Amino acid sequence: MRWLRRNLLGIIAILVLIYLFIPIAVVAILSFNKPSGKFNISWTQFSTDAWTNLCGVPGVCSSFATSIQIGIISTVVATALGTMIAFALVRYRFRGRSTTNLLIFLPMATPEVVMGSSLLALFLNLRFPLGQWTVIIAHIMFIISFVVVTVKARLQGLDPRLEEAARDLYADPKSTFRYVTLPLVAPGIAGAALLGFSLSFDDFIISYFNAGTLVTFPIFIWGAAQRGIPVQVNALATLVFVIALLVVLSSQLVNYRRRKKLMST
Amino acid sequence: MVVAKRRSRTGYLLLFPGMTWLAIFFAIPFVTLFMTSLQEPVPGKMGKYQAGFQLSNYTNAMAEYWPQFLRSFIYAGIATLLALVIAYPLAYFIAMKGGKWRPLLLVLVIAPSFASFLLRTYAWRTILADEGPITSFFNALHLLPDDRILNTGIAVVAGLTYNFLPFMILPLYAALEKIDPRLIEASSDLYSSAVATFRKITWPLSLPGVVAGTLLTFIPAAGDYINAELLGSTKDRMIGNVIQTNFIEFRDYPTASALSFVLMAAILVMVFTYIRRAGTEDLL
Repeated sequence: MRWLRRNLLGIIAILVLIYLFIPIAVVAILSFNKPSGKFNISWTQFSTDAWTNLCGVPGVCSSFATSIQIGIISTVVATALGTMIAFALVRYRFRGRSTTNLLIFLPMATPEVVMGSSLLALFLNLRFPLGQWTVIIAHIMFIISFVVVTVKARLQGLDPRLEEAARDLYADPKSTFRYVTLPLVAPGIAGAALLGFSLSFDDFIISYFNAGTLVTFPIFIWGAAQRGIPVQVNALATLVFVIALLVVLSSQLVNYRRRKKLMST
Repeated sequence: MVVAKRRSRTGYLLLFPGMTWLAIFFAIPFVTLFMTSLQEPVPGKMGKYQAGFQLSNYTNAMAEYWPQFLRSFIYAGIATLLALVIAYPLAYFIAMKGGKWRPLLLVLVIAPSFASFLLRTYAWRTILADEGPITSFFNALHLLPDDRILNTGIAVVAGLTYNFLPFMILPLYAALEKIDPRLIEASSDLYSSAVATFRKITWPLSLPGVVAGTLLTFIPAAGDYINAELLGSTKDRMIGNVIQTNFIEFRDYPTASALSFVLMAAILVMVFTYIRRAGTEDLL
């Protein structure tokens, strides 16, 4: 009983973590299922059919490729624009700072349905054809803020003495930036890009409003939900999850080792 | 930050492209949304609209869809409260007892978002299935009004709570991590009970995290329609469902825009109340 009281918090914390992963376990387990009807909801029989034939259902792989392409373009542009804003916020003084902060914060605090519908209202009024480009424009818009926040945090955590040292050693501003600042901020930028890509890749609501007839991976899943989601979708989602988790965990490990090495020297 | 901030043209140049993008594709659309919400039908042409000043679009839309509005706020409110109760112990554990495992534990909190939002939501159809263990358990206790969870409001709230939980955990963690553990030690050294320490020290100091987490959970939950569509029945539709169907399927742009505008206005009121208390610099 005393043991339970002392460890109650830890037990609850572990239970909450398990709770976070239950649906993912369901998705992964059902990727090895051979559903009896069209709906892959309850366990029937073990099968690796979906994994050996990932593109076996029409539309799955093409929508997956579309989402990857949109994710890459949106992430590259949004990371560049957001990183520039983060530098301006931390390193420069300018007029209209609170308006700028507000305009960066609001996209993160606006329900997706409002952003999606208002952007669609804009495109409809301009008679701008809906498709891949409208989705990319929308994704860049909502990713920028997340990039700013991530890179800004990294920049604020930098030790200013490192850049001072470079300047004291007669490095011009350009090479200080190129050889000192940028490498130090790079992990923050990489993290922001990873976050941006995962937001873009997984976005449904904003994309659906602005996609026209374009089918991204989430839009494919949404359409399939009515008539039964193919097992391949579960397999691909599991694959994405595992890859993303491995990328993040290995970067954590690299960080951890580097810190340990720094401590010991 | 010790670095002297420079005032030069470079700062504006760095801001310009990104802020222009946000102005054109985030801010200006609200103007078009508002204009669209006031449009009137073109006489004689079904489904065509022209510029107008139809304030009745708002009154009509609200008269017809106020139940969905109310339901959205109630569902989002319950989900936010549940998320706070579930998230707090985990955030507290990571912040206070996490030690060197903190970065790993935080990765585990974010990791679920790497799996598709739609599929994770859909997975709750399996977990909450009618013959499943959870539904059977509650049915054995005669706790379910409809003898089922799936396709009821309970499933929608459960889905919302689950999906937006990381948005509650992370700000809570950020606030709890800043608390000096010596304050808590001091409190217990002075013979304060664990409950009193929590009530008088930990909870008040974690309030910024509570406010931020509540906003970041409530706002997306109130606008969400994925959970209502995948887990609820037609009786559990939220305002997001209405906006989506009116915009994309019925092409009744003025009504959908009016509803969208009202939803945004309600949320802006909440955000600005928060900003007046905390200031914009703390938002990011």
